[in-house]
Amino acid sequence: MSDATPPETTSIHQSADAHKLLRKRRRRERGFRMMGMSAIVMAMCALTWLLISIVGTGYTAFYQHQMTIDVVLDETVLDPNGTRDPDELRKANFRRIIQNTLYARFPDITDRRARQDLFKTVSASGATDLVRQMVYKTPSLIGQTLTLEVPTSDDVDQLLKGYIDREVSEDRRKLSDQQIKWVDELVASGEVHARFNWAFFTATDSRDPELAGIAGAVAGSFMALLVAFVVAVPIGIGAAVYLEEFAPENLFTDIVEININNLAAVPSIIFGLLGLAVFLNFFGMPRSAPLVGGLVLALMTLPTIIIAARAALRAVSPSIVDGALSLGASKTQAVFHHKVPLAAPGILTGTIIGMAQALGETAPLLMIGMVAFVTEIPTSITEPASALPVQIFLWADSAERAWAERTSAAIIALLVVLLSMNALAIFLRSKLERRW
Amino acid sequence: MVTLSSDPQAASDMQLAPEDLKFHVRNVRVSYGEKEALHGVDLDIAKTGVTAFIGPSGCGKSTFLRVFNRMNDTIPGARVSGEVLLDGEDIYGPDVDPVLLRARVGMVFQKPNPFPKSIYDNVAYGPRIHGLTKSATELDEVVEKSLRRAALWDEVKDRLNEQGTGLSGGQQQRLVIARAIAVQPEVILMDEPASALDPIATARLEELIDELKDRYCIIIVTHSMAQAARVSQRTAFFHLGHLVEYDATNTVFTNPTDSRTQDYITGRTG
Ligand SMILES: Nc1ncnc2c1ncn2[C@@H]1O[C@H](COP(=O)(O)OP(=O)(O)O)[C@@H](O)[C@H]1O
Ligand SMILES: [Mg+2]
Repeated sequence: MSDATPPETTSIHQSADAHKLLRKRRRRERGFRMMGMSAIVMAMCALTWLLISIVGTGYTAFYQHQMTIDVVLDETVLDPNGTRDPDELRKANFRRIIQNTLYARFPDITDRRARQDLFKTVSASGATDLVRQMVYKTPSLIGQTLTLEVPTSDDVDQLLKGYIDREVSEDRRKLSDQQIKWVDELVASGEVHARFNWAFFTATDSRDPELAGIAGAVAGSFMALLVAFVVAVPIGIGAAVYLEEFAPENLFTDIVEININNLAAVPSIIFGLLGLAVFLNFFGMPRSAPLVGGLVLALMTLPTIIIAARAALRAVSPSIVDGALSLGASKTQAVFHHKVPLAAPGILTGTIIGMAQALGETAPLLMIGMVAFVTEIPTSITEPASALPVQIFLWADSAERAWAERTSAAIIALLVVLLSMNALAIFLRSKLERRW
Repeated sequence: MVTLSSDPQAASDMQLAPEDLKFHVRNVRVSYGEKEALHGVDLDIAKTGVTAFIGPSGCGKSTFLRVFNRMNDTIPGARVSGEVLLDGEDIYGPDVDPVLLRARVGMVFQKPNPFPKSIYDNVAYGPRIHGLTKSATELDEVVEKSLRRAALWDEVKDRLNEQGTGLSGGQQQRLVIARAIAVQPEVILMDEPASALDPIATARLEELIDELKDRYCIIIVTHSMAQAARVSQRTAFFHLGHLVEYDATNTVFTNPTDSRTQDYITGRTG
């Protein structure tokens, strides 16, 4: 028996059994790696698909077709009495002015129905509002002829963006053959052209997609976030420092700790309900206001900030605090002179990520009424406002094709802000992190 | 022998005149939660010179060292009992503030732990929090004097605004000593200050300790018996939470009374 395996040449690690086991171990390792890789590939595919579909539908909202028209500010229409009274001017018939402008451009069209169709190629409220603003501001313009760029109607815009099929029979299409002919003529003459859609960033919500923008929602989100930041950051950091450094270890602090961790997992709509019950019904704060939205978001972000801040504090080497204490620093001095500054990058990162989460939150804002149709940019935190994710939610609900591209564009805007916030967090962490 | 440290012989080997006495320690016990780490230590520490604590790892040297500046207070669950007099005053007395005690009793740790701030700010931190200086120039002087005393001035005088953490390990340890000196302590505790240093840095540190010993009462924990022999005038040997032997360093190393000390210094136990 012993002749078959001469003991002096074969180590126990070179036996057949050892090799078999080794192969098995290697196989397991490969298997695990494959699993990890495929998980990452799947995640990347899902993400890419999401981005492509959003950017694919959304990018067209960043340009918009405009029509150049020669507007005759006819005094007999606008100010027949010649008073130049601002109140009268505001109520003047600007619609007629725009209509006349278009009829003058196509003098051959006299039929009433056809003229109505012609008028539908421009954005009625977009064009009239623009002219009304100008005349209201400078009444001396009356009597003159202005060359203006006004937005086309959303249907014309969609047609030119290729979303309305020209091959489809006329009755199943939003634009008639005749309207398409006019548009093509105006495009050929250069009177209709694509422009960067500034209005999307400067305008508020509107019933007309060609006029709708995200400025109001962005302002609302910004204000709510500001309130959340101002409320959540001091409280969160204070709570974290206290719990981590000063709180006695007893049943009470244990319960507090467990509850904070649980709070982080509470669905956000519950925070919305809480805000509704406490801030609106009990304290009687205004509905739909960024103040309340911010407070709700602050409650929601608090656990995130506290947990991140505690982890950051815990990561600071205790030897630094020992050093300070050994010099006769009090506990408070040791913590605030040394530990908190060293934990600051981590706390900041946690805060930014918490804020980014809050920015994307929709459900709690719905609960406290930040879904109102608001056409003004809010100027204070107690005025009704919308928020970017809520705006997306609202637009996504609308049927027209023009809303779909705006929904995606608003999502792109939200994603850009979120990614910038996360990038900022990463940048600050690597920039400020100090070794000790 | 069962009651080791209460054995009068162990402590009475070191007879110090009352006026030479800095610390007077009687029956000090320290426990962490349920576990007692020091089982009643009696020992007197002299006003000047270097006292070394040696003994196998885990025997309670660091624990005992932290008794002198009440750093055990900062460890959750640590309890200290017994009598510790500093210049005749009980440092565990009800009206003693550990913050002031630690200004009098400085400490240097095993791993150099300068603050991640400039060299200047490291040294200036103590004087600032204790309000020791009235003006910026006075603070500058204190910083310079402390760095000179810690034998670091010449190496850093041109880069006081650089990070203290950017210095070499030996320089960091001297910076930490300068930081402690700047508070004008009477005692400096050192817990294995050279264990993270290379031999050259260690030699410089030992030189420095030798220079400081006339001005300060220095207590040093070391796992290196050669170091204890080189820098200290008195040596205490600890074993399993007991003070086994305390005497002039010479005597401990050449003529130990206890067989455990003998075994340890001859390398038979670790
Ligand atoms: N913070 C602590 N918590 C609990 N036990 C500790 C702590 N520090 C030290 N001990 C215990 O006390 C004993 C003495 O430790 P220490 O004083 O660090 O020994 P040495 O410095 O001599 O190596 C050891 O048994 C150690 O496990
Ligand atoms: Mg130790």
